[in-house]
Amino acid sequence: MTFLEKNGMSFLFKPRVRSVRADGVGAAHCRPTGLAARGMNMQKFSALSLAQKALGGHLGWTPQWRSVAPKPAYDIVIVGGGGHGLGTAYYLARQHGLRNIAVIERGWLAGGNTARNTTIIRSNYLFNESSSYYEHSLKLWENLSQELNYNVMFSQRGCLMVAHTVHDVQVFKRHVHANRLNGIDNEWLSAEEAKAFCPPLNISPNIRYPVLGASLQRRAGTARHDAVAWGFARAASDMGVDIIENCEVTGILRGPGGEVRGVETTRGTIRAGKVGVSAAGHSSVVMGMAGIRLPLQSNPLQALVSEPVKPAFPTIVMSNTIHAYISQSDKGEMVIGAGTDSYVSYTQRGGLHIPAHTLEAICELFPMFRRLRMLRSWGGITDNTPDRSPITAKTPVPGLYVNCGWGTGGFKATPGAANLFAWTIARDEPHPINAPFTIERFRDGVMIDEAAAAAVAH
Amino acid sequence: MLLIRCPYCGERSEIEFANGGEAHIARPADPMSRTDEEWAQYLYMRDNPKGLIAERWRHAHGCNRFFNALRDTRTDRFVMTYEMGRPRPEIDAATAAEAAR
Repeated sequence: MTFLEKNGMSFLFKPRVRSVRADGVGAAHCRPTGLAARGMNMQKFSALSLAQKALGGHLGWTPQWRSVAPKPAYDIVIVGGGGHGLGTAYYLARQHGLRNIAVIERGWLAGGNTARNTTIIRSNYLFNESSSYYEHSLKLWENLSQELNYNVMFSQRGCLMVAHTVHDVQVFKRHVHANRLNGIDNEWLSAEEAKAFCPPLNISPNIRYPVLGASLQRRAGTARHDAVAWGFARAASDMGVDIIENCEVTGILRGPGGEVRGVETTRGTIRAGKVGVSAAGHSSVVMGMAGIRLPLQSNPLQALVSEPVKPAFPTIVMSNTIHAYISQSDKGEMVIGAGTDSYVSYTQRGGLHIPAHTLEAICELFPMFRRLRMLRSWGGITDNTPDRSPITAKTPVPGLYVNCGWGTGGFKATPGAANLFAWTIARDEPHPINAPFTIERFRDGVMIDEAAAAAVAH
Repeated sequence: MLLIRCPYCGERSEIEFANGGEAHIARPADPMSRTDEEWAQYLYMRDNPKGLIAERWRHAHGCNRFFNALRDTRTDRFVMTYEMGRPRPEIDAATAAEAAR
């Protein structure tokens, strides 16, 4: 029984299907898909297939996607083989009937931010534009394992955002109300209710920034980051999409009218009528090859995990004010996200003082973790816009599309951004949900200013 | 953590400094004649280079003065720091290669 049901208010915000679905996007993914309808020869995962392979000593498994050399030409080339790029290829094939597609990746599949984030998924953003986008994504997450026949381990364990000041309380309550008006679940908990939901939380009034309460989105959660990329890659490959690793873009080919004709890569020229760039921290570099400057700064963002321990932490906790966020992976590690380093860098590392600051906050909020040893830390390169909202849009170059600016919070948007980016590429026009997320919003002054409104670095 | 040479105070650790983003971005001298596109370029669009960047730093917990730096964003290695008002220094290929190493 939820807090609101206890208080007889549950009628206020039963999660409901948003009207954004009325135009048809997402219709196809609302039903479990029969593999017979698509596959070339993808093996299906089921309890029966697992049992059969177990009896054979697990020797019968085959690769999950085809390894191919690039063809000379495709209809569409997606630059960037992370979750967003692979998902884009999947939805282009699945929902728009396009098959002659390549995803080209500079390194190995999903080795960038897809592998480096803290896997938090939520949709409790303040503004209508953002919450529509992130909720679109969250709804896709809720059926993604079934749709892909691949367990992405999506776990809706809730996301608790802790308030420490009167200002926090007011801002988070504003979020709760804004989300409810948009049909998105979010609720306000007192400090005691937050403690009941997450027992490790220290709500003592004697800490430096005492917990005054928290907002809770119960449908928020985490997923297995690699599995998301692998699931999309497997399903896209099965529909004929070529996935090409170790293939770095070195130039963008243009026609006499300025339109896109393909890409130059370290594995040769690949011609294409349309190019979609989904290159995260390297978006400025790739788009610079077409002469387009973007409102982006690439900053390192660090994360770290503890040694694995038994299940001890039931949810995701985020603290905006003292900057901490933490959840426990299914392997048992505490997954902790630090803040961004302040300077432009492509090094995929950062200063130790940044995670140290986060760990101080973690130790104060969760005293039981003070003796926990940290196992690994790493960095990724985040592409940050001035308003901390993404860009999923057409560009001034015909045939060139960009999905970037996801900054510190792109993982949660993986299926949603991929779905809408595919729509934008296939139809050469944005879907109504991503229509506000243009490059031109910075010229026209219609920014979606989630900078202060979002929780910490997601 | 970076070791940064403030032109006024010498080498100090990064936690004494605040980064001020790309340097040498001049406010339009004649604002009224500028188009929206030009204003967007000035306010929001950035080179965000993978390689040498000229950037501003402020010695926030020291002399509190702004200065500029040349740094390679592939390695975070500083080439030099220099006072505000000076143009972006030209550096030779050997120095650039050293910064990228």
